[in-house]
Amino acid sequence: MSHDHHDHDHSHDPVTTSGEPPVATRVRALEELLVEKNILQRDEILQRIDWLASRRPGDGARLVARAWVDDSFRERLLEDARQAALELGLDPGPSPVVVALENTDTVHHMVVCTLCSCYPKALLGPPPAWYKSLPYRSRAVSDPRGVLREFGLTLEENVELRVVDSTADIRYLVVPRRPSGTDSLDEEALAALVTRDSMIGVSQPLADA
Amino acid sequence: MTFSHGDAVRVASRPHDGHHRTPSYLKGKLGIVERVHESFPNPETRAYAEDGLPPQRRLYLIRFDQHAVWVDYDGPSGDGLLADVFEHWLEMPA
Repeated sequence: MSHDHHDHDHSHDPVTTSGEPPVATRVRALEELLVEKNILQRDEILQRIDWLASRRPGDGARLVARAWVDDSFRERLLEDARQAALELGLDPGPSPVVVALENTDTVHHMVVCTLCSCYPKALLGPPPAWYKSLPYRSRAVSDPRGVLREFGLTLEENVELRVVDSTADIRYLVVPRRPSGTDSLDEEALAALVTRDSMIGVSQPLADA
Repeated sequence: MTFSHGDAVRVASRPHDGHHRTPSYLKGKLGIVERVHESFPNPETRAYAEDGLPPQRRLYLIRFDQHAVWVDYDGPSGDGLLADVFEHWLEMPA
């Protein structure tokens, strides 16, 4: 009996756990090995995932908003972001050092991790998928102004663009510029303008509604 | 600590088998020390289940001129690229 490839509906892909992407299979195998070798306990992995999933960019936004309304806090934030986070009762996470970089009208910072996806997760939550993507990781260093334009941000020529490649143990948080026309807003209203992307440096904070 | 803020440095261009945190696109490039960070365990040994000690390696934030990193960079001349580089990957420029 002939085998007609156009007349049946099952796929000829390799047999895997149904629908699981290859990377998920790899991660699962790694996890099983780490547990089997007693390097990690399954509880620790779950706790770590829960911790990560509980983090929100709103924490970073609180730091930025406080820095906008309080100059001495701003100085402390730029000096030692970890201490500044603790001062607001925020959890700066297990990273040993968080460094805050301030955008001004002449300097704009944007952050990338070309080697993997280093990110101030404790203060911003899990990184967005695009931050971990190869196109962002390669083009953010070689064509950063083009990348910013794609995010809707056209940087003027007289603004110095500083791309920060977080290659090692430091996690970088951008302190964006306070939008004009926000003098009457209180700290909480200001924090609502501070987006995740503005703390990565790929956009400006929201304008006052 | 070998280098100070403002020092000119060159990223070593040597190859390295195995895990390391020096991006290849910066190897051999000239930069300026922007910040002196603290010291951290060496990721090159820590990645292989060792403790990364001794000694801890000093980490520096190095500023590169974008036009020195990419020959076809098309942004303004003041644009910079900053990256953290461990001391044992930094050399005095000749």
